[in-house]
Amino acid sequence: MAKVTIDGQTVEVPDGTTILQAARMIGGDVAPPTMCYHSKLKTSGGYCRTCIVKVSKGSDKDPRPMPKLVASCRTTVMDGMEVQNNTSPEVVDARKGVVEFLLINHPLDCPVCDQAGECHLQDLGYKNGGEGTRFDFERRTFERKDIGDKIQLHMNRCILCYRCVKTADQICDGRVHGVMNRGDVSEISTYIEKAIDNDFSGNMIDVCPVGALTDKTFRFKSRVWFTKPMDAHRDCKKCSGKVTLWEKGDEVLRVTGRKDQWGEVEEWICNDCRFDHKKITDWVIEGPRKIDHKSVISQNHYMKLAQPHYKKLDK
Amino acid sequence: MKALTNRSKMVSNKELTFMESLYFPAIIKGMMITISHLFTRKATISYPEVQREFAPVYRGKHVLKRDAKGAENCTACGLCAVACPAEAITMTAAERKKGEEALYREEKYAAVYEINMLRCIFCGLCEEACPKEAIFLTDEIVKTSYERKDFIYGKDKLVESLDKRIDITKRQNKY
Repeated sequence: MAKVTIDGQTVEVPDGTTILQAARMIGGDVAPPTMCYHSKLKTSGGYCRTCIVKVSKGSDKDPRPMPKLVASCRTTVMDGMEVQNNTSPEVVDARKGVVEFLLINHPLDCPVCDQAGECHLQDLGYKNGGEGTRFDFERRTFERKDIGDKIQLHMNRCILCYRCVKTADQICDGRVHGVMNRGDVSEISTYIEKAIDNDFSGNMIDVCPVGALTDKTFRFKSRVWFTKPMDAHRDCKKCSGKVTLWEKGDEVLRVTGRKDQWGEVEEWICNDCRFDHKKITDWVIEGPRKIDHKSVISQNHYMKLAQPHYKKLDK
Repeated sequence: MKALTNRSKMVSNKELTFMESLYFPAIIKGMMITISHLFTRKATISYPEVQREFAPVYRGKHVLKRDAKGAENCTACGLCAVACPAEAITMTAAERKKGEEALYREEKYAAVYEINMLRCIFCGLCEEACPKEAIFLTDEIVKTSYERKDFIYGKDKLVESLDKRIDITKRQNKY
């Protein structure tokens, strides 16, 4: 066991835990934001640098601070380590810089994008970003591409977090999805435009933190904040069948996996559940999904409806 | 009986004097005031022949603007509807097809856009929320009608016509 202090709060965690996981155990604002790290995906993290923190004391044995800010998703804790996240102005400033870098090529087409309202980059920019950009050049542009007949790739919006690539690697058999080229011109691609026909390929949509991979069956159907998220399940031979339905009236507009408080999918669902069961009679409704009150989705006056159910959940 | 407060007055029952019992002086005094008002400025105007000048930022009927080339600005992002405190705005989005670039500015547009003018409180929050400078309130007044359905304004009434553009430069933010 190791004792680690993050923003003045001490927590005891097993050896080998990363700083990020330790911070999430404390919870709340102490946990640094993440874009590329996904707790259910092995070897994810280390690309986006949004989770950088300052280690002001290495450990009890070696109390020297770490020379540079470190990515908390890839750094394991040591006994007696002291970490500063929001309390360090250096970290806050560096994170602002990271957001500016992420937004260099990201188009500001939120009014058109289907991810708006549940986009991690939107939240990150709102909370940690600056007002403008200092970038004077044209943004890189790509053509919109269809990956299979159900998923659409907007490479313009991609921030190269590699989450979808890891998903394709670890959930699907056979590698059909990767990143081509390098640096500024790198792009997500299926090898030679090969359509993905794996049963779990739809999970790439859920893991995408921005609107780069979107559900074609939901394209422009409705804004997220006009829909009601409901927990539901069905008997599925391929997956757990536990999903979130996004309803408008009695119509199911979209089916996604259930996302936890960090916006990460709890259980993978299969393409049958995601794309082919869009009738309300296909599902057993459990009740309203708990949505953070800061989220724009709760603007739907949905909270009032869901309130009695929440009280049951909280008990 | 003792009074509750010292503000109550005793009612006097005194007799009228001779002059007062004639009443005429009081009537003439009253008529003088009435007649003098005939020659002062009128407080009303005869609408619609005469119309008052509106403030440049008067909040009347909405307009959905087109850009300089005549394409519709609205992309059906739903921010006006979520900002609307009266929940008067509804919309359905659609994808722009090839060949429609002159009609709609961006790849998504509002296929249906409705404002219920009976619900609308003309607060202007939709105008403030709009990221695309698409919706503005104008100095036009919503027309009266006997039917409730006439107050649900669709795109046919809201989108400005190509040859009769509505000038909203006065109300655009200049910062």
